[in-house]
Amino acid sequence: MARTVQIPIQRRTWIRADLRWATFRLPLYLLLLVLTVFFGFPFFWTVSSSLKSASELRAYPPQWLPKVLQWRNYVEVLTLFGYPFGRWFVNSIVLSTVATLGTVVSSALGAYGFARFRFRGREALFMITLATMMLPSQVTLIPQFLMFVRLGWLDTFKPLWVPYWFGGGAFFIFLFRQFFLTLPRELDEAATIDGANYWRIFLTILLPLCKPALATAAMISFMEHWSDFLNPVIYLNRSDMLTIAVGLRFMNEVPEMGAGRPILHFLMAATVLSILPCVAVFFAGQRFFVRGIVASAIKG
Amino acid sequence: MADMCIKILRGRSDQKVSPLARILLGARTPGQAREALWAYVFLLPWLLGLILFFGGPILASLVLSLFDYSLIKPPVFVGLGNLRKAFTDDALFWPSLGRTFRWAMMYVPPVVAGSLFLAILLNQKLKGTSVFRTLFFLPHLTPAVSLAVLWTWILNPLTGPVNYILGEMGLPQPAWLTSEAWAMRALLIMAFWGGLGGNRLLIFLAGLQGVPQELYEAAEIDGAGAWAKFRHVTMPMISPVILFNVLLAFIGALKVFTTAYVATKGGPNYATWFLALHIFNQAFNYFRFGYGAALAWLLAIILVIFSYVQMRLSSRWVYAAGE
Repeated sequence: MARTVQIPIQRRTWIRADLRWATFRLPLYLLLLVLTVFFGFPFFWTVSSSLKSASELRAYPPQWLPKVLQWRNYVEVLTLFGYPFGRWFVNSIVLSTVATLGTVVSSALGAYGFARFRFRGREALFMITLATMMLPSQVTLIPQFLMFVRLGWLDTFKPLWVPYWFGGGAFFIFLFRQFFLTLPRELDEAATIDGANYWRIFLTILLPLCKPALATAAMISFMEHWSDFLNPVIYLNRSDMLTIAVGLRFMNEVPEMGAGRPILHFLMAATVLSILPCVAVFFAGQRFFVRGIVASAIKG
Repeated sequence: MADMCIKILRGRSDQKVSPLARILLGARTPGQAREALWAYVFLLPWLLGLILFFGGPILASLVLSLFDYSLIKPPVFVGLGNLRKAFTDDALFWPSLGRTFRWAMMYVPPVVAGSLFLAILLNQKLKGTSVFRTLFFLPHLTPAVSLAVLWTWILNPLTGPVNYILGEMGLPQPAWLTSEAWAMRALLIMAFWGGLGGNRLLIFLAGLQGVPQELYEAAEIDGAGAWAKFRHVTMPMISPVILFNVLLAFIGALKVFTTAYVATKGGPNYATWFLALHIFNQAFNYFRFGYGAALAWLLAIILVIFSYVQMRLSSRWVYAAGE
């Protein structure tokens, strides 16, 4: 008797749960689907186009998928006659790495100075440091350009990496300082008693503990330099000395260098290759990255 | 002097701190002097950077803005002539400024509201949330030039997939980036794609997750529905985050450059000629460095005034716990 009553009630709650799901959750999933198309389609189209043959790309109506995947588009774009795309790729990798290294090293040093030492003018200097973040880069861009022209650095890579060895910028100093402040001072004091000097404390105690901050800073810095357009477009003019951002635009603007061949499928492959390192870096350190973005936004 | 510094750094100076060091370093004991000097050792790269790449250029830029200078000819002093030129004699200045503000007004409210909406959606404990979060984040990782190139072909009026689909659906097919009327809207779509799911979304998500659960429970006991909970619990609690994001988005929007420069070069017929493009072109295409510097300062002043006003206004509606 008791059982026959129990079952319908349970069924009823199931039905109600289904109904609830259909009215409240289902629309949310449908919305996610629409958003997935909006965010995902441009990637899908670019990757798909990069694997098409030149005639498939010209076809109308557009073909959604290539019949045969043309992987050799990627090989060709990296060694393509006319555009030294492979060279640009290497330029960008090397430049972004060297600039990132400078940013991380010098901003960690500066942050150590701000976080662990007392000296006259520290607060004022830190405020000035933060204030530099407010300044639009256009203000300093023109005098810097004139300075580098005087130094004969035009058409060299120096303007794109040397400045980043001088402190790396306020954002990264702030990031490291916030992290150092979370590490207990007793660590430093214990090491001092053991006879360690400031360098040793910095190198062997604090740095190993702030690996997450190092990873975050390295990732954000690498992506910034990889994506940078404003600086390389000003300083680099020789076609074999471009970075990938400037080179990609060059390919898009000056199709003549393809020696009369259609280049759209190569352009698409080049676009994919220009995005790939950023995505790879992101997936390699997603959790550091996300945490770093959030930490830098929440006031400290 | 250098000798003295090295002695202090090594901690081998046990004599009293000299008056000079006391004033410069604010140190009363040799230990304090040593600490202060070491701070400067670690801060040295940044101090040099601050002087070489900020302080120096800022001063130079101020001076430069008073001159007419083009690298090949010696500079000519014009005083405030560059500003006068911008205000009265440059047919592109006012339109580019207006266009930049129009861009910010069209971009910021929807993109911040949209990011907040996405954050709320991803905060509903739906299945696969982390996958969607990553997918929405990917466009933000796309370098600006790649984004511009990619969308140029997707929005290609003749061969692009978007116009093909619109045509199949019997809808009008705008010429997008190549049309004076549509170029700005096309750039907006591109900016939404890159900006809706980026850092802003992560910051909103963290903000939402920081709202104490008890507040929602208390609101439920008082009979609050979903909207009431959002309006009276979520909104006030995350208002500082909203302000932060609005401010950041607005400042970013006023500096809009790369996507427009690559996708449209400011065209067609100046339809997307923003202030930052104007500055860039004056300086690096026409080599009017003095004029460019003056314009850059105008942009900087606008940004500072804007941040200040927004900070003041916000104190009225932002709820900040414990302040």
